[in-house]
Amino acid sequence: MEKLSAGGKFARFLFAWVLLFLIWLMFTSTLALQEVLTGAGVAFLIALPTNRFFTEVQLYHFKPLRLIFAIEYIFVFLWALIVANLDVARRVISPKLPINPGIVSFQTKLTSDFAKMVLANSITLTPGTLSVDIIDDTYYIHWIDVKSLDPEQSKKEIAEQFEKILLKIF
Amino acid sequence: MNDILDIFGMILLLIGGIFLFLGGLGIFRMPDTYNRLQAGTKATTLGGMSVILSVGILEPGWFIKTLVLVIFIALSNPISSHALAHANYKRGNKPFLKGGPEYDQYRKTFEQEGKETEENTNEKVKEEETA
Repeated sequence: MEKLSAGGKFARFLFAWVLLFLIWLMFTSTLALQEVLTGAGVAFLIALPTNRFFTEVQLYHFKPLRLIFAIEYIFVFLWALIVANLDVARRVISPKLPINPGIVSFQTKLTSDFAKMVLANSITLTPGTLSVDIIDDTYYIHWIDVKSLDPEQSKKEIAEQFEKILLKIF
Repeated sequence: MNDILDIFGMILLLIGGIFLFLGGLGIFRMPDTYNRLQAGTKATTLGGMSVILSVGILEPGWFIKTLVLVIFIALSNPISSHALAHANYKRGNKPFLKGGPEYDQYRKTFEQEGKETEENTNEKVKEEETA
């Protein structure tokens, strides 16, 4: 992480403060003066020690097009989540317990840590897969029903649909 | 209008309950930790999300709060299950493999990495001893 100027540090702090304050507003869902003031104070106190964990780039890279892809990603993700649950349900209910578990690996083209984190989380929540480790750009995925041990093939099955959109966002 | 929303909320509640039940059953039936995590994580994510959303629909004043909760669940659930799986592997809990040892492609890297960290710590200990 590169060193930030004083202004950059302040922008980072402001970002954390506003984000926490927005979450507070959504939770209390009221605009009464005392609630809002308390929220601003609490968000300020929390943002002071934790703001460096929130973001490294503030809103510097924000572009509207990215937001559209992000929304597309959410829909792809929700669909995969529902399919994942039906898949698990099918395996759990069937008396034979049709599983063939194993741990497979594949390489990703994503570069930023945040994008890798999003991909790992998505993999965990999609059908039959659970991310065990990421070393540099290699993912190690526990797969409940291994269809292929070839990295290219398993990547196609597990991660392709998410990576395509994530490459556009980040 | 209100009736329709109520029915929708109740259906969502039922679906959530079913998935949570299946998740519990999965934890009971699966052969090893990793497969149990698979069943547990996915079922609790969708099950929990739909139960909480249904509360928001049945009680419209809470809808925004429940939306925030759903987002937090979607963010935190996979991270915790990843941490559990990773810690389990480091602890030496081997996955159940039906197809034989070649189905575990992580073992080789894992052992190599373990050796490297061991060497590093050994070197550090040596350096400290000489210093």
